[in-house]
Amino acid sequence: MDIVVCVKRVPLTEEVDLVIDAQKKGVKKDQLAFVLNDWDNYAIEEAILLKEKHGGTVTAITVGNEDDEEVLRRCLAMGADRAIRVEAGDMSRFDSFGIVKILSQVVKDLPYDLVFTGVLADDDSYGMVGMMMAEELNLNHSSMVTAIELEDGKVRTTSELEGGLGEVSVVDLPALITIQTGINEPRYVSILGIRKAAKKELKVMDLAELGVSDGELAPRAIIEEVYLPPETEGAQILTGDPDKIAGDLVEILTKKGVME
Amino acid sequence: MSDIFVIVEHRLGEIRDITFEMLWKAGELAENLSHSVSAVLLGHEVSSIAEDLSDRADQIIIYDDERLKNFSADLYKEIIAGLIEETKPPLILIGSTSWGMELAPCLSIKTGLPLATDCIDILSENGRFIAQRQMYNGKIFANVSFAETSGCLFTIRSGVFPKDKIGDRQAQKIQKGFPLIDIKPGKTFVEFVETAAGDVDITQAELLVSVGRGIGEEENIALIKELAEALNGVVSCSRPIVDKNWLPKYLQVGTSGKSVTPKVYIAIGISGAFQHMAGTNGAGTIIAVNKDPKAPIFRTAHYGIVDDLFKIVPVLKDKVLEAKKG
Ligand SMILES: Cc1cc2nc3c(=O)[nH]c(=O)nc-3n(C[C@H](O)[C@H](O)[C@H](O)COP(=O)(O)OP(=O)(O)OC[C@H]3O[C@@H](n4cnc5c(N)ncnc54)[C@H](O)[C@@H]3O)c2cc1C
Repeated sequence: MDIVVCVKRVPLTEEVDLVIDAQKKGVKKDQLAFVLNDWDNYAIEEAILLKEKHGGTVTAITVGNEDDEEVLRRCLAMGADRAIRVEAGDMSRFDSFGIVKILSQVVKDLPYDLVFTGVLADDDSYGMVGMMMAEELNLNHSSMVTAIELEDGKVRTTSELEGGLGEVSVVDLPALITIQTGINEPRYVSILGIRKAAKKELKVMDLAELGVSDGELAPRAIIEEVYLPPETEGAQILTGDPDKIAGDLVEILTKKGVME
Repeated sequence: MSDIFVIVEHRLGEIRDITFEMLWKAGELAENLSHSVSAVLLGHEVSSIAEDLSDRADQIIIYDDERLKNFSADLYKEIIAGLIEETKPPLILIGSTSWGMELAPCLSIKTGLPLATDCIDILSENGRFIAQRQMYNGKIFANVSFAETSGCLFTIRSGVFPKDKIGDRQAQKIQKGFPLIDIKPGKTFVEFVETAAGDVDITQAELLVSVGRGIGEEENIALIKELAEALNGVVSCSRPIVDKNWLPKYLQVGTSGKSVTPKVYIAIGISGAFQHMAGTNGAGTIIAVNKDPKAPIFRTAHYGIVDDLFKIVPVLKDKVLEAKKG
């Protein structure tokens, strides 16, 4: 079972004041900390679990700059066999469609039975790369998957629908699957583990090598402008020390009739 | 007159709310742009569904076939791509739902039409459509437009538009034959499975004390349980808590969990992602405890406490016990 997993490095935005860049096309990222996209963390774990059970290889791929290798090293430390980074220069000139073209160009020449992506990325939340790749590569697919079981030449998936409903399907291999959080419990990665994994293969490719030109990667979607959320009335903020706040809360709870 | 297409989402014989919401928006746009609204309905034995949509669209384009009994992104994609090719609609709306998230990107590649996902509004400017959407968990908004194309695909977030009827419409029903496409879907439906029910039903609770990823460690959940107990309330949670197996799935609030209707919903260490908040629309009063003043939850909560939950929760528990004694 050979599995390719597409991953992305995303900024952590909790407790930060995001600042919009001068062109109003994105946010300033130089002060932000980055991590492996949560969904991709589950995707790489699922690939490694399948490899541990059934044998085969796991390859992690990202499109990005040198800093993005950090997430590939993490994937290698978790148990991926090799990693590929596509150096594509200034990433802001691509939309999801461009990323799909690049990833597909890499994947098509690799041996694989399964291709995984996360359902979506935490930063721009488009949630389209996986299924676009399935169509681009003409692969069978299943999306938003919370359980996978291999059967002979097939894979049985549970897709998460709304309201806690699951949809079980059988998909013929090879297939592309988008992985939803909660499918497994991603393993812990130590600094030592990451250091050890430095010996594993991390290949860098560029667009020329892949035979894709900027013309083919022209974006279809154009970000006109990004902006901070419009003001809303918002919550009434309770202030003071914890004691005062707790007192005010008890008063509110009493008024709302839930303190009996 | 060109058509705005709405792809009808239905499950187990019922039209899903997202369909009515998209038809509302399509109707609004159509009025301003003198377009018409076409509902595109794929399924098997769907005449009653078509009937229920008949005053919401100008046309209902129906593909009724045994092979469409279950949703299939593969078959939907082929049929809708053919219809787009034939009629060149300027705008196609699909739900940003599990099914829509599988269908729309495939359809975009298949047809070459651009796609904007999870849109919270559609603006129309000089004959172009602009998608309004969110990034970074709702901390940033973005307007997205497209390069010159004959049409575009938008997936629409659930709950952002009213479910109401808009305008006076009487749909003409157009029955289409199953186009003879010799494709065998790569994916076969087996069955639906429900989340196992638990010993408590959060949809019935009057007071929910809901915990999110901000709780940090599994053992800290005890703090939340103690507060809930003091308040005689019920514990619920956001998705990451279930993903980590710290609490069972039946306690999860949100689009992939339960919709709840308590008098009071106390959200502790929850950022307020729309998938979570969608489950709290029926809550009377929402109180949020979060140490990030920019957390999106403060936009929808009624009361907010910007502080470390570990400072607030124990003190609150004591105050509640005190008040109940006195
Ligand atoms: C298809 C799909 C369906 C989904 N369905 C659901 C669903 O049904 N329900 C759901 O909840 N999510 C759902 N999600 C996930 C959703 O997008 C969010 O990822 C999730 O709701 C985040 O949960 P959270 O707020 O607990 O965590 P986070 O977003 O990580 O937020 C944690 C918050 O805790 C705060 N915090 C941290 N430490 C402290 C402290 N010491 N004191 C106070 N505050 C603190 C932080 O400031 C932060 O705001 C779904 C996602 C997808 C893609």
